Amino acid sequence: MAEVFQAIDQFPVTLKTWLLGHAAGVMPEWALPLLSAALSITPILAVFPLLFALTTVIERKGLGRIQNRRGPNRVGIPLTNIRLAGFGQFIADGIKSLTKEDIVPRSADKVVHFLAPIALLIPVLLTYSVLPFGRNMVPLDLPQTGLLFFFALGASTELSVFMAGWSSRNKYSLLGAMRAIAQMVSYEIPLILSALTVVMIAGTLSLSGIVESQAEVRFGFLHSWHLFTPWGLVGFFLFLTAAAAEANRTPFDLPEAESEIIAGYFTEYSGFKFAIFFLAEYLGLFAMCGLGITLFLGGWLPPFKFLGFIPSWCWFLGKLVALILLFIWLRGTLPRLRTDQLMGFAWKFLLPMTLINLFVAGLWHLSVTSVPMTVRWIGGFALLAIPYWLLGRGFEAKVGKREYRFAN
Amino acid sequence: MLGTGILKGMVETAKNFAGSYHDPERLTTVEYPEQRIAPKENARQFPMLIHDTEDPMKGLRCVACQICEKECPPQCIYIVKSKDKRADYKGQMQFYPATFDIDISVCMSCQICVEVCPFESIKMDTEFELSNTDRFGGLLIHKEQLAKSNEHYRKIHPADAAASDAVLAAEVAKAQAKAKADAEAKAAKAAAEAKAKADAAVAGTVPAPATSTAPQPTSPPAAPAA
Ligand code: SF4
Ligand code: SF4
Repeated sequence: MAEVFQAIDQFPVTLKTWLLGHAAGVMPEWALPLLSAALSITPILAVFPLLFALTTVIERKGLGRIQNRRGPNRVGIPLTNIRLAGFGQFIADGIKSLTKEDIVPRSADKVVHFLAPIALLIPVLLTYSVLPFGRNMVPLDLPQTGLLFFFALGASTELSVFMAGWSSRNKYSLLGAMRAIAQMVSYEIPLILSALTVVMIAGTLSLSGIVESQAEVRFGFLHSWHLFTPWGLVGFFLFLTAAAAEANRTPFDLPEAESEIIAGYFTEYSGFKFAIFFLAEYLGLFAMCGLGITLFLGGWLPPFKFLGFIPSWCWFLGKLVALILLFIWLRGTLPRLRTDQLMGFAWKFLLPMTLINLFVAGLWHLSVTSVPMTVRWIGGFALLAIPYWLLGRGFEAKVGKREYRFAN
Repeated sequence: MLGTGILKGMVETAKNFAGSYHDPERLTTVEYPEQRIAPKENARQFPMLIHDTEDPMKGLRCVACQICEKECPPQCIYIVKSKDKRADYKGQMQFYPATFDIDISVCMSCQICVEVCPFESIKMDTEFELSNTDRFGGLLIHKEQLAKSNEHYRKIHPADAAASDAVLAAEVAKAQAKAKADAEAKAAKAAAEAKAKADAAVAGTVPAPATSTAPQPTSPPAAPAA
């Protein structure tokens, strides 16, 4: 039985080895690394855009239900009455955006305008290359620099956002791009600092190494995910908040705030270029979620040892879908922040909290052998909860009578 | 504490999410082409032209005065006045629109044309299924399509139609009363004149034809007061 499960678990790896083994006979020597790369890329390019397509439908259905509507439920298989509960919608959307007219403003900087969506999509796709999707399944294992590579690519998306905003020659685009830059630069710091705790504890920048560091089994059944520590729990939520801001998700969707600045930096994009922006945005979110899973939720590890028979890549995908659903739920719940609230939250709350979290993670690591478990837990939580309460006071909504200075 | 509000909100949306599946009462929308909700009395889409007779083209109330054409903010009404005249609902001779087009791709459903029309002739329709494969010609609606019977108007906007009918009835009554008054005045005048002539004849000097001032059919004033 165990062999069967292991075979399913390692099926993508065996398939790739088998294909490569057969190709070795017919293909020249120099082409084999290229083939290997192509074989690693193909599943990423197949799975994640498909996940994006399904997410667009699920998101619209979920938001609809949250607002007591039905959401899309019509488009199924064409020319039949099979509706598939609306899950054919993404194909219709894809055809629509492919056939739409591609409008470029007359005074736009045509080259930059054309390059911006591509310059956004490519780094986002590259970030997937270092994520471990399953046991032995990491397309590009960088033992020294995995996490660094991820963040470096993530940071380069800011450039393309600004390219889009600037080249459109539209004030809304530019406003959106400037908001995006301010937001991404501000939230990059808490994002990296909250990820840094894991690097401190695991002692490696390699993402597969970080997953391995959570493989230890506690009490005979529980995998030691970093989430199951005071600093990991807090760090995960800090990471999620910063990731939502990096990926322009509600409540941090100021760069494209459709009720204020039309569509932000992609106001002037239409047709397939718009679809590429859309795709890149969601793929960026998935990559961020994937990184959060790798850092805090044990990557492809199951939570309990006895669930280990389920293939590792199923665990990764399952956690990813769960996080996506959480983001959809948040989107249906939270209103958008104001720019000053956004900046204040990043610098006055997230940044101090991540620094304190780093400190707590350091204490946790130093006290591994000397202090009993319960004391470490209580101490760690106290060290985090008190600053959380103190810092959070300034950000609570104050509901009172409104004063309209000029109306009185 | 920071975050409790977020959790409360998330519980609320989760309740909505789950509730919309097991409690159809919550759903505020219907599945449109198959299910429809009863039309609302105050709904309005695009203007229509009211007619009173069997033949829509003969009974249009519109007299082509072109007030609506001038007042329409986006200028989407196009009217050509007829060369000849015909009797309107009061039996009065009026022009009629030879062409009456509304470009519903431009019309913004503001109802200003309805407010300014002095003849209760243009009203808002509730027809909304107007999609068309011809984006230019197909959305230019001619008077043949615009003409709708007064019964239709009564059905879709009962209260407004009753008010409009009352205005028209009052107009007709006023016109009839005026015609009657005019006729009586004329008759009285004719009688007085006849009497005067008779008196003169009695005097025996003027052999005048007394019948020449017999009451003629009265013609109503050229334009009724709105
Ligand atoms: S509803 Fe307004 S826009 Fe439309 S025809 Fe009448 S006046 Fe013009
Ligand atoms: S204002 Fe009334 S009567 Fe005059 S042209 Fe318009 S619809 Fe006809």
